Amino acid sequence: MVTLSINNQKVVVPEDTTVLEAARQINVNIPTLCHLEGLENYGSCRICVVEIEGEPRLSPSCMRTVSEGMEISTNSKRVLKARRMIIQLLLANHAENCPTCERSQNCELQQLAFELGVRENHFVNMVNKVPLDMSGPAIIRDPNKCISCGRCIRMCHQIQSVGAIDFMNHGTDIMVTTALNKGLGNVECINCGQCIHVCPVGAITEKPHVDAVWAAIQDNTKHVVVQAAPSIRAALGEELGLAPGTLVTGKMYAALRRLGFDAVLDTNFAADLTIMEEASELVQRIKNGGILPQLTSCCPGWIKFAEHFYPDLLPNISSCKSPQQMFGSLVKTYYAQQKKVEPAAIISVSVMPCTAKKFEAQRPEMNASGFRDVDYVLTTRELTRMIKESGLDFAGLPDEQADRLMSRYTGAATIFGTTGGVMEAALRTVYKLITDTELSHLEVQPVRGLEGIKEAKVNINGMTVKIAVAHGMANARILLEQIRSGVSPYHFIEIMACPGGCVGGGGQPIGYDMVLRSTRGKVLYSEDTKLPLRRSHDNTEIKEVYKNFLGEPLSHKSHELLHTTYINRRNKK
Amino acid sequence: MEELLLKNIRKTNYQNISVYVADGGYQALKKSLFMKPEDILNEVKKSCLTGRSAAFPVATKWSLTRQNSARPKYIVCNADEGEPGCFKDRLLLSRDPHRLLEAMIITGYTVGSQQGYIYIRGEYTNESQIVENAISQAEENGYLGENILGSGFSFHIRVYQGAGSYVAGEETALLRSMAGFRPSPGIRPPYPVKYGYLGKPTVVNNVETLVNIPTIVLNGGDWFSEIGNPDYPGTKLFCLSGNVNRPGVYELPFGVTLGELINEYGYGVRGELKAILPGGVASGLVTDLNIKMDYKSLAKVNSLLGPGVVIVMNKDVDIIAISIHTLEFFARESCGKCSVCREGIRAGLTIMNRFARNEAELGDIELLKTLRRLMYDTANCVLGQAALNATVSAIRLFRNEFESRVRNQSVW
Repeated sequence: MVTLSINNQKVVVPEDTTVLEAARQINVNIPTLCHLEGLENYGSCRICVVEIEGEPRLSPSCMRTVSEGMEISTNSKRVLKARRMIIQLLLANHAENCPTCERSQNCELQQLAFELGVRENHFVNMVNKVPLDMSGPAIIRDPNKCISCGRCIRMCHQIQSVGAIDFMNHGTDIMVTTALNKGLGNVECINCGQCIHVCPVGAITEKPHVDAVWAAIQDNTKHVVVQAAPSIRAALGEELGLAPGTLVTGKMYAALRRLGFDAVLDTNFAADLTIMEEASELVQRIKNGGILPQLTSCCPGWIKFAEHFYPDLLPNISSCKSPQQMFGSLVKTYYAQQKKVEPAAIISVSVMPCTAKKFEAQRPEMNASGFRDVDYVLTTRELTRMIKESGLDFAGLPDEQADRLMSRYTGAATIFGTTGGVMEAALRTVYKLITDTELSHLEVQPVRGLEGIKEAKVNINGMTVKIAVAHGMANARILLEQIRSGVSPYHFIEIMACPGGCVGGGGQPIGYDMVLRSTRGKVLYSEDTKLPLRRSHDNTEIKEVYKNFLGEPLSHKSHELLHTTYINRRNKK
Repeated sequence: MEELLLKNIRKTNYQNISVYVADGGYQALKKSLFMKPEDILNEVKKSCLTGRSAAFPVATKWSLTRQNSARPKYIVCNADEGEPGCFKDRLLLSRDPHRLLEAMIITGYTVGSQQGYIYIRGEYTNESQIVENAISQAEENGYLGENILGSGFSFHIRVYQGAGSYVAGEETALLRSMAGFRPSPGIRPPYPVKYGYLGKPTVVNNVETLVNIPTIVLNGGDWFSEIGNPDYPGTKLFCLSGNVNRPGVYELPFGVTLGELINEYGYGVRGELKAILPGGVASGLVTDLNIKMDYKSLAKVNSLLGPGVVIVMNKDVDIIAISIHTLEFFARESCGKCSVCREGIRAGLTIMNRFARNEAELGDIELLKTLRRLMYDTANCVLGQAALNATVSAIRLFRNEFESRVRNQSVW
């Protein structure tokens, strides 16, 4: 243990503690910018500098480990002056269009400038305007706002093991960009959007579909159908005046209806449908000696990751489309038929916790209905903005029901939104398919929680089914390497690109806060226990769609509408 | 005085190992291999040899690396001579490459390393080729490689060529560059002696420092410690350039005055003296010819010795242009990681350009000084800490030139 003094207050901490951590232990807050809990320390922004007695220069507290007898001041005149000036310097090379910035009032630089008392800037703004990177299908990068803190890079490399972005050039020309400045649309970016969560400013945002959706709603010749993903109901309330951890399913339906959507449906219906198809596929693979382990396919970020980095494992991935796309292809066929609406007049909108879903909806093969299966994808943040824009008092809305036909769901569907949820949901139906009896104990505790890789064994009729769950692509890589080298013991693996699963998706309210993500997950688990039906195969609307339209899981029609193929992107020029 | 460092550079064909050996080359290595490593270390300690860029005692660096139990250990020769106006290592690399190899092998033997690297600046293609040839010759003749001269000691040297980055000359950045990363200076501690190349204990020494080693081994540490300035024994190479009549590399003891260097060796200033950058672009300008060229004396006048790069400027030189020139250099060569360095240089350059256009505000002078203070206080490495040194020293010495460029406010 090491004893030191911070602002004349004694603190005893273990060796290797940083000064920043030591200060936080005694509730002394040191402002930070490039530092972020969960990412490696980097030490580039210098905002967290402190004065150490006897040293000629200030020292960055995030990088500096404590030593015996250190006397530290975190708020001396010299320190405060330095911090103010650093903020001024950063602002001088930052496109200061704060009022119109998407991150206005949710920007760490803006907040620091305010909190540190920066009320003027001695340095004139010298931003050298460069074009935005609009090449990606889901994510826009604005280098004019970038402050080169490197958080997005560390996220992309360390947590996601993708490495689509890095620093290029040096000196004052340094910039975050893709390989050869080709743009996010032309490199291995998987569109997971985790970089958006860690960006302290508005340099990375989703490609907005808000205006297109408004236009569709206002067009009377269009029948605008909306679906909302499982994890939206666990996060939408956060920026609309409700406490984190509030389930807002009923208010969400009410809000969507008031925004003017012609039909308010639910992706959860399609999640149950996905389980029917994916569980059947797994049972078929196990019974017929097919390729195992089967990998889940509902995460479009993970799919693109596999297409770039593990094309040899594409046969392991379930051929099932994601719930969003299953819903999309049914809405312009089954729904159109049942509701007697011209499919061409339908605009299919989804609300997703995800940026990669924007990419998925644009994949050329996603047109099984004969039309674009999903026309527009809104993130949770975009829906939040639409609700605010339209002046709805979200917290005061009544709980309403969704419209019939494609909205009823079971507990199995709702837990899709969190890591491990797809696995649990699938097991409930796999058990039924193999044994023709119902699984009595529905919760599989070992696959819950925020451990990077979770595994469990489930006994089904004397057969031990080995399963694993990974979230965050660096974790998934470990399981994928096992498969590649032929030592994977598993039958079924669930992979979600974002840490925490969809509750932490790239389209959710901003922040890389694993505790909050876990809270959202718990909301979904709790909804599961409260729903009357908890197994996908019990869903009455699912029974209807098979009886009236699809026939049975893995039928010819199912294959046509609900299954897909993947592309080897490794050698794509 | 007798030349220790440059003694061989005028000899013909000295890059050839047979010429080097015939002239007594690799004798120090032979002697070393019969000595105990701790005895060599002791001689180096007695010599009081310090690193020629930051004045850190060589023996201390070596013994810290030697004591470390981690394996393997590496010897890295810093030949990334990127300082503008610095051309001394180049001379040694191209004219006396075997002495550097010999020094590195002795260093490896002393600290317990079997692998050395020479990090040569990217632009030095010719020098790099000469060193590569010397390595092959040394290997063919048994001075380098497995079981050197039958002693059982093995040592290998490989050349690593940088891509031409100035900041890669900073040792932690250099080691990162060698490992395949961007050359951005690391946070110290830990120092390379503990956590160096690939995370292993590493001795990083400059070419000029290392070349002293064979001489010390042959003549003993005591002999070396009596040469030149008692505070900093041995000799120093000074690269003299700018408005002088005879620019070049001069080997002189520490503590020689600027006046002696410029007038006696450089045959005087071409034109009338205005200012001198005594330690490269990171040092502060000076005007006093009586200043002694050693670490302490230059620190006293808010400047630094750096690698011994003396750039002389006469009255034709515009001090504003010089400040802008140094800042443009740093803007290009900073690694760009630290916010204060990157943005501070950008801001400094913006302000200086206002002076160049006669559009500066009176407050800009104070702003530059405050900015320099901030950068010294908070930048991670010496590049950022020193980027505004030349500018602020120019303000101190030639304030009237700055004031004359302030926008005339009495328009009415």
